[in-house]
Amino acid sequence: MVRDALGVGVAVGLSGFAFGVTSAGAGLSVLQSCTLSLLVFTGASQFALVSALGAGGSPFAAAAGAFFLGTRNAFYGLRLSQLLELPAAVRPLAAQWVIDETSAVALTQRERATARLGFTVTGASLYVLWNLTTLLGALGASALGDPNAWGLDAAGPAVFLALLAPMVKGSTERTVAGLAVVLALVCLPLLPAGVPVLIAALAAPLVLAGRKLVVR
Amino acid sequence: MTGQTGVWIAIGATALGCYGVKLLGLSVPAGLLERPLVKRLASLVPIALLAALTALQTFGTDTLRAVVDARSAGLAAAAVALFLRAPFLVVVAAAVLVTAAVRAM
Repeated sequence: MVRDALGVGVAVGLSGFAFGVTSAGAGLSVLQSCTLSLLVFTGASQFALVSALGAGGSPFAAAAGAFFLGTRNAFYGLRLSQLLELPAAVRPLAAQWVIDETSAVALTQRERATARLGFTVTGASLYVLWNLTTLLGALGASALGDPNAWGLDAAGPAVFLALLAPMVKGSTERTVAGLAVVLALVCLPLLPAGVPVLIAALAAPLVLAGRKLVVR
Repeated sequence: MTGQTGVWIAIGATALGCYGVKLLGLSVPAGLLERPLVKRLASLVPIALLAALTALQTFGTDTLRAVVDARSAGLAAAAVALFLRAPFLVVVAAAVLVTAAVRAM
């Protein structure tokens, strides 16, 4: 289990390098990129924020998109709190590590002790590596010259696709994903950067409402 | 690019918001967020956002125009890697390498 946890931590931690480079390519300073990794520490939100800012989106639209992506962590936290039963004093610290990967490792454990160990090992290895590689990526970006020549502008969407793939299981999920893509691309030429993503989020309630009508 | 103050505001708001929801999840009594509709939406909204972001960053440009370029080839490579159950890092590397290779042609 510890090896699994470390494996997840190392693999995802390394993609912090891609974040550092993407963030620098979007025009953020090294300090800004590292602040994001230290304080936000939830990959999809960070990638979403820097790409919206890089595309010239308003700070509020950019932050709103990143925030909505981060809300899923609240639901991981709910399930984790029952399993881990953390003391109140530890909770504010542990909260920062409540993300996709730590939840994936911890929630597959049956025992409280192994769940706590899995959560801690994954969280610690990921946090250290993600921040270290963000710094390296942000510093290295200037040495690379034009990040697009190296294909690094494809790293962001590839990360999103890799996060999305395991979530799209049933037909509802597929419909939501498809409708979101259509909404986003239709809005792209019409609305300021950062806003099409927020419009696309409406695909979720729209598909749920549509399903209800069909069932009736 | 947005002004520096704007960037810091966005960073601060995102950091506060994202940490807030993490702590909220760990702290609220179970049941409050456990309503079926809330749970359903919470699992579907990230799917909508990630799908939209993938499309926008594959086809989007600085000029509000959608284009098919080297990134599309890179994303296709990533999709193949995902289909073959490649690890996360390999998926991202496939997208980057194929995009760079197509541009170099």
